[in-house]
Amino acid sequence: MKTNETGRTSRREFVKQSSLLAGGLVAAPLISNAGYFNSVDDTIKIAVIGCGGRGTGAAMQALLSKQNVKLVAMADAFRDRLDSCYKALTSDNNEDGNVKDKVSVTEAAKFVGFDGYVKAIALADVIILTTPPGFRPIHFAEAIKQGKHVFMEKPVATDPAGIKKVLETAEIAKQKKLNVVVGLQRHYQNSYRELYKRAQDGMIGELTSGQVWWNNDGVWVNMRKAGQTEMEYQMRNWYYFNWLCGDHINEQHIHNIDVMNWFKGSYPVKAQGMGGRQVRTGKEFGEIYDHHYVEFEYADGSIMNSQCRHIKGTYAKVDEMLIGTKGVIKCGDANITHKGKVLYQYDKKQENDAYQTEHDELFAAIAKGEYKFADADNGARATMTAIMGRMATYSGEVIEWDKAINSGISIMPTKFAWDANPPSLPDANGFYPIAIPGVTKYFS
Amino acid sequence: MKSLFAIAFVFIFHSILSAQDFKTYEQSIPNTDIKFKMVAIKSGSFTMGSPYSETGRDEDEGPQKKVELSAFWIGAYEVTFAEWDAFFRNMEVPQTKAIAVDAVSRPTAQYIDLTWGMGRDGKNPTNSMSQSATIMYCKWLYTQTGVFYRLPTEAEWEHACRAGTTTAFPFGNDAAALKEYAYFKDNSGNKFHKVGQLKPNAWGLYDMLGNLSEWTLDQYDPKAYEKLADKAKNPITPPATRYPRVVKGGSYLTDANESRCANRVPAVSDWNKRDPQIPKSRWWLTDGMGVGFRLVRPVQQPTKEEIEKFFAQYLK
Repeated sequence: MKTNETGRTSRREFVKQSSLLAGGLVAAPLISNAGYFNSVDDTIKIAVIGCGGRGTGAAMQALLSKQNVKLVAMADAFRDRLDSCYKALTSDNNEDGNVKDKVSVTEAAKFVGFDGYVKAIALADVIILTTPPGFRPIHFAEAIKQGKHVFMEKPVATDPAGIKKVLETAEIAKQKKLNVVVGLQRHYQNSYRELYKRAQDGMIGELTSGQVWWNNDGVWVNMRKAGQTEMEYQMRNWYYFNWLCGDHINEQHIHNIDVMNWFKGSYPVKAQGMGGRQVRTGKEFGEIYDHHYVEFEYADGSIMNSQCRHIKGTYAKVDEMLIGTKGVIKCGDANITHKGKVLYQYDKKQENDAYQTEHDELFAAIAKGEYKFADADNGARATMTAIMGRMATYSGEVIEWDKAINSGISIMPTKFAWDANPPSLPDANGFYPIAIPGVTKYFS
Repeated sequence: MKSLFAIAFVFIFHSILSAQDFKTYEQSIPNTDIKFKMVAIKSGSFTMGSPYSETGRDEDEGPQKKVELSAFWIGAYEVTFAEWDAFFRNMEVPQTKAIAVDAVSRPTAQYIDLTWGMGRDGKNPTNSMSQSATIMYCKWLYTQTGVFYRLPTEAEWEHACRAGTTTAFPFGNDAAALKEYAYFKDNSGNKFHKVGQLKPNAWGLYDMLGNLSEWTLDQYDPKAYEKLADKAKNPITPPATRYPRVVKGGSYLTDANESRCANRVPAVSDWNKRDPQIPKSRWWLTDGMGVGFRLVRPVQQPTKEEIEKFFAQYLK
């Protein structure tokens, strides 16, 4: 492969070579052979799939990444969500900066409905995937199939079948040398990176257990409106339906679970736990639990205790504590201590905006033609850890990783249409079936 | 003679009334057990800003100007979680994503714990909220008590902080004694603390210099003092844009220098940089864990119309 004098292949050459070279080994950073740009100029074109609050935020961060980027396509199931996203990105009054000039989305490049993503992906070089997580495996597979770089939000699936698909797609992305960043932004946060470095250098000895928390009030609710089909209602109130969200252990608590996996350098082999819905019992809260407590066990016998709760007015804590033989990491405090002695304290004034950093680094790599990021595999396994936790609390049984991930269990609808039935349907009073420990079973 | 007598009578009556009414008191929040203490600050004048000779001084703290202030009450303590949660946890108040302009509404849930592990003990000072959220708290409190509470102006805050002194800190120019009065970077253990644990200033105000920095009503203008007329009465820089507005006083995170009475901090949009959603929260600051607030009550309650105008001006 020819490189220019800076050691990098020029952008034009990438495009030419992409058709000639098959997949290669993964090494990061590495000069890529993939088709980095479809553009005739050097503009990096972006499409956003999923135009809610987070999609708008991620698109904004991409446009603020200081590279020559342009938003060219948008897709959402709902026209009003797409419009509010477009309006926010073209506003003159953004707190973060004016990116209006970097938005070039014609009416023909705005796609509404379940299938719009395919056409939106075709128009861009980098795809931002920020729909509810249930759709992620489908959208990710399509983006990689079309040879695009990806930023996708966590979690990356809601069921084991989705995880399988993401893992397979991650392999293809590696072969095609397509950069994939997953929005587990603690990996891009200065304090975590510094703590991780020190843990790797042996400051805490062997990591033997972890405590992780996401306890707080919970999130928004969108009440059912007259005239909505069941599919539309669930799509609007997606947080409370498992095929879309995966329960809050998956949708939020994944961040904390992922930190233990990351520092441990492995994934749990099994899980058991308890949970339920004691306070958030209304029909508007769909089918998810309001609390989970899970004991995850790693192959070497070490344990991660994981607790997450969405109950108003209760003790709030979102943090991770990692316990090693020679020291304890408190991520929130950003320090490492041992028997009361502070071994390391990160200066919090140096903290970055990790949401921005993940885009800055991704787009810098793409602009330079570097293949640097392969987050999808860990994203899938972090998601699988959370799903395994949910299966444990829902069933009250011990859930083994291998068995769960290979189970092929799918909770997704078979058909995506406004008049199609989602997998979980309400009874005559509008209440949904709820998992019951001891009754709910995944394996006979 | 008659009219003179009448005037004298009114004058005396007014003095008696003032003497009786204008003193430190405790305000109860109706339907709760919660009370907070308001300290009477007499009308008077003081010199706002810092002299060129002051160590650690910033350009925006001058030129110094003599300022006259009407009497007011100011909270002896920063607003606590007990007080804040009487509003924030009040299920009768609708919870809205946008700041309601015409009604009272309540902040949305925090996606993460914005005390960052420091905890919501009732005596902890409430933190991480936008200036709009503090104004909404005042509006709610007005509906509960009928009394108009608001944030202090920058001038009122500094006057209350100085408590008659002219030095960098109310106790002198040497920061060595700061630890007796304020939780700041060197003695906070990286955490805020329950209000009122350390020494108050001469007027009985606690934690002015530390624990949490405090919102004021003023728009931040680095040249604000230059533009002030000498002996300006009740000066304020009115709100123009959401950022930056003025925050006063140091916090558990800041250096001693930031605790100086004259120090001015512009609140910037960076204080919400880690909000991953757009539009960003109008209520919460993901990176403003060091900011809280304290209440002021003007001695002369404005008319209902003026109060409504005030809230509309700050909540738009």
